[in-house]
Amino acid sequence: MLTIDNLSASVEGNPILKSLSLTVGAGEVHAIMGPNGAGKSTLGKVIAGHEEYDVSSGSIHLSGEDLLELDIEERASKGLFLGFQYPVEIPGVQNHYFLRTVMNAQRKTRGEDELSAGDFLKSLNEEMKALNMDADFKKRAVNVGFSGGEKKRNEILQLSMLKPSLAILDETDSGLDIDALKVVAEGVNRLRSPERSFILITHYQRLLDYIKPDVVHIFADGSIVKSGGPELALQLEEQGYASFGVKA
Amino acid sequence: MSEAIHEQVAKQDYAYGFVTDIDTEIIPPGLSEETVQWISAKKKEPEWMLEFRLKSFEAWKKMSEPNWAELDYPKIDYQAISYYAAPKSLDERPKSLDEVDPELLETYEKLGIPLHERAALAGVAVDAVFDSVSVATTFKDELKKAGVIFMPISEAVHEHPELLKKYLGSVVPRTDNYFSALNGAVFSDGSFVYIPKGTRCPMELSTYFRINALNTGQFERTLIVADEGSYVSYLEGCTAPMRDENQLHAAVVELVAMEDAEIKYSTVQNWYPGDDNGRGGIYNFVTKRGICAGARAKISWTQVETGSAITWKYPSVILKGDDSVGEFYSVAVTSKAQQADTGTKMMHIGKNTKSTIISKGISAQKGRQNYRGLVKVLPKADGARSFTQCDSLLIGQKCNAYTFPYIEVENPSAQVEHEASTSSVEEEQILYCRQRGLKEEDAVNLIVNGFCKDVFRQLPMEFAVEAQALLNVSLEGAVG
Ligand SMILES: Nc1ncnc2c1ncn2[C@@H]1O[C@H](COP(=O)(O)OP(=O)(O)O)[C@@H](O)[C@H]1O
Ligand SMILES: [Mg+2]
Repeated sequence: MLTIDNLSASVEGNPILKSLSLTVGAGEVHAIMGPNGAGKSTLGKVIAGHEEYDVSSGSIHLSGEDLLELDIEERASKGLFLGFQYPVEIPGVQNHYFLRTVMNAQRKTRGEDELSAGDFLKSLNEEMKALNMDADFKKRAVNVGFSGGEKKRNEILQLSMLKPSLAILDETDSGLDIDALKVVAEGVNRLRSPERSFILITHYQRLLDYIKPDVVHIFADGSIVKSGGPELALQLEEQGYASFGVKA
Repeated sequence: MSEAIHEQVAKQDYAYGFVTDIDTEIIPPGLSEETVQWISAKKKEPEWMLEFRLKSFEAWKKMSEPNWAELDYPKIDYQAISYYAAPKSLDERPKSLDEVDPELLETYEKLGIPLHERAALAGVAVDAVFDSVSVATTFKDELKKAGVIFMPISEAVHEHPELLKKYLGSVVPRTDNYFSALNGAVFSDGSFVYIPKGTRCPMELSTYFRINALNTGQFERTLIVADEGSYVSYLEGCTAPMRDENQLHAAVVELVAMEDAEIKYSTVQNWYPGDDNGRGGIYNFVTKRGICAGARAKISWTQVETGSAITWKYPSVILKGDDSVGEFYSVAVTSKAQQADTGTKMMHIGKNTKSTIISKGISAQKGRQNYRGLVKVLPKADGARSFTQCDSLLIGQKCNAYTFPYIEVENPSAQVEHEASTSSVEEEQILYCRQRGLKEEDAVNLIVNGFCKDVFRQLPMEFAVEAQALLNVSLEGAVG
């Protein structure tokens, strides 16, 4: 599915990612945990194709496709989804309109037909129901005036509509109360499938109580310092980053 | 009539070896009393109309061009302009769409202009392409049955002199301003609309008609009178880019709404904006004003302005009748090197009058834009209310936008609110949209259209779709 080999990247001349390698198999859920400023969000943005970051060496492949050759929107159409740590507001653009527009844009890039309005609405209503979202979400402008929890839930809604093969969720859990966290976690669990992989970037073990990861990576200073099973997250919780030789 | 000018015209034709043809006649550049007389004679106007023109000309001569707007353009030489050009004859026009510039056709397609209108807009001799005559006849019959008068103002001069004498210049007096005085002297043509008492105009005065209204020339004059309890929605202009050789445009539009009448006036203006340095674009100096003459009358201006190199335009409403309502909804785009100084004036005279102003300005590239608005509440306007929302959106670093709201309140019971904001299209917004699958340009369009939503909502449905497409086309190449 996703293969990152020896990736180094910098922003404005500052090296952030340092010879990072990571392989995520189809259907797997990986958690990436690490202190603030370690470069976790940068990793997400570099995979997504943010042009502000310079990739100096290494490669990223998704299902055999060389991602570094593709623009952001092309990567998205290949099935890559990045849930933003701070979802952006788009005044005047209704949520349902935004979703339909982006879904059709992806379909167009892939050479598929547009969704019919009926099919779109039907699946939107289903997904919103599953996420416990009020119908008025459809009509509200994208993320405008949304609470932190609503914004994150909206990210999960987009995820569930776009049905990517790889979803990277950047701190989707932070700033959520326990109920919102459960809704988000249920959303992700519902979407787990043998064809869909997840990378969960998180600070907290808490999220992993609700979403069982296959692999946990400890991330520090631009690369992965240790990988293992869910027990790593527990060790981190109990003993802190110091137990991995990492300054928090 | 002036012999001298006639002779010159003849000579010019000769000099260029043209076959003299009344349809292609133009007069040589220059503006004098003789020019005004010549135009009036050419149109076989009655004495009173000539007098109107001459008085306007006298007023114009005594005035000087206004310079208070923040607009920067080379001095206009009014003697270098030709003030009369007859429409092109059918022979000179393309015979079919095959003869039309493919680039122009591509733009029509992007704008979603209905197929049957494209030919007409491209200047194809319409009758040769589709059966417009029957369409027009059906519409005309329907309007006639309702008692609605809708015709070129040059015809109305002959057929409805009593109405024109009464209302022409009644809202925008001859001496109002430099450009309106100029228009009064030399106006080419435009529309006259009269809606009788208690009548709801059975159709938007648009679609088919906008094609006919194309050749009204650079000094357009429009007068709409809505009698008591009537309603009309009028659509001016067109999203399609129009070929126009005349650089100076000075139009006048007057609206009169009697008691309980409502006029909804929508404009889409997409004249040539000039190149990236502002060369060659249209200079557009427009005077638009409506009067709510009776109680509970309502006038609503909606405009989408994307064209012209220079725009000077302040559609206004005089709220004379008690409980009357004035509205102004505007989207203005300045890209390339375009400059716009635009806004509105709301004059509250009657009691409990109400005005709403929603202005959305978008600046990109080297565009410059000012919102200039006046809300004035006169001493007798008890309970007047006014709300202004004035938002600017910047795309890129080299453009700018300013807001000049003037508020003059002479009645303590008035409630006047003004809100303004300036924002820019953020990198992060574009990134977000692109990550979801949109191309950069589509992302910008989505964001810009969202910004304009409150105004687009006011446009008639099909027009709104075109206006949205027009915005996208206007901003092509503005990012990246
Ligand atoms: N756009 C940027 N410009 C400058 N520095 C940046 C930018 N993005 C990230 N950085 C820097 O890169 C480092 C890693 O940031 P980030 O990836 O956000 O870390 P994390 O998500 O692990 O907290 C930080 O030192 C941050 O200041
Ligand atoms: Mg982060």
